[in-house]
Amino acid sequence: MITSKDLTRKFGTKTAVDGVSLTLTPGHVYAMLGPNGSGKTTWMKMAAGLMKPTSGEVLFEGQPVGVESRRHVAYMSTEPYFYPWMTVKDVGAYYGDFFEDFSAEKYASLLREMELEEGMKTRTLSSGMMAKLKIAVTMARDARVYMLDEPFNGIDLLARDEIRQSILRESAEDKVLLLSSHLVEEMEAVCDTAIFIRQGKLIEVRNLEEMRETDHVSMADRYREIYGHTEG
Amino acid sequence: MNFDPMIPIWLQVATSIKQQIVTGRLPPGAKLPGGRDLALQYGINPNTAARIYQELEREGVCQTQRGLGTFVTDSGETVQRLREEMARGAVSRFLADLKGIGMNREDAIELIRKEDNTDDHQ
Repeated sequence: MITSKDLTRKFGTKTAVDGVSLTLTPGHVYAMLGPNGSGKTTWMKMAAGLMKPTSGEVLFEGQPVGVESRRHVAYMSTEPYFYPWMTVKDVGAYYGDFFEDFSAEKYASLLREMELEEGMKTRTLSSGMMAKLKIAVTMARDARVYMLDEPFNGIDLLARDEIRQSILRESAEDKVLLLSSHLVEEMEAVCDTAIFIRQGKLIEVRNLEEMRETDHVSMADRYREIYGHTEG
Repeated sequence: MNFDPMIPIWLQVATSIKQQIVTGRLPPGAKLPGGRDLALQYGINPNTAARIYQELEREGVCQTQRGLGTFVTDSGETVQRLREEMARGAVSRFLADLKGIGMNREDAIELIRKEDNTDDHQ
């Protein structure tokens, strides 16, 4: 559904994403892994059509990403993006104005699951509640692709189960889900495929159950194998 | 359920379902949750959930009826066979563990007897 071809992005002399060719297929939940600064966020922003590549391209169903693909791709960035005066309800309305596929019903049910109330002011939310709100408002879209950058950041252990459930509930044969996180253990059971990126380059794409069966290693083990010696 | 991330997740959930079948918590003929519900119930990937039913069917432990869902086998014999298989597996793991610390089959039997007596006195 999403194909990146020799995708490269430079910032000055630094190459953030370096010739990444990768295809995301419907029916899978992907984990995109790599230490901070390895290029995950930059790749996602280009795949979401929010940043132009220096070279290479990203195709959504065969067409270059842009205005059309953005209607089908729900992307959650790590940056906070609500105005402080907004209530939880306002955030939903704001999203509803932006995205045709935003479902007020889905939003309401996600808020219930995550124990958020419509009347709450965003500026008074704890960091954990803010993180949950970002996920709720992103998952409330009926998108074809969901890309969540660091969905478990700032979320306590108990609430992570709620996040996992809402992600699983959205997974379907015709959808792509992509999560990036350095909380690797949180994604072991939820994801089926891991994408390992290091210093902007694609290292490997692995099916997790196959990896457990043939190599007897977890995703976290493989992560340590790949990054353990070079980065912290 | 807490998973060991080094062991295939489908295998861990399939084992848990089999345990429920041999102990009767899932009686013969019982309807199992659909793939999606199984995924949500265990917090696992839906492809993993699908694999679980494929394997359980292959082993004859479950049957999927189109449009109706997946059911525990209604054959008591199959359940009995499954229980024996699982027991044999547990025994061979136990024996392998003891072998690893230099104990043989006779030592194992002796140990079990002693353990039984301790249980009786409690």
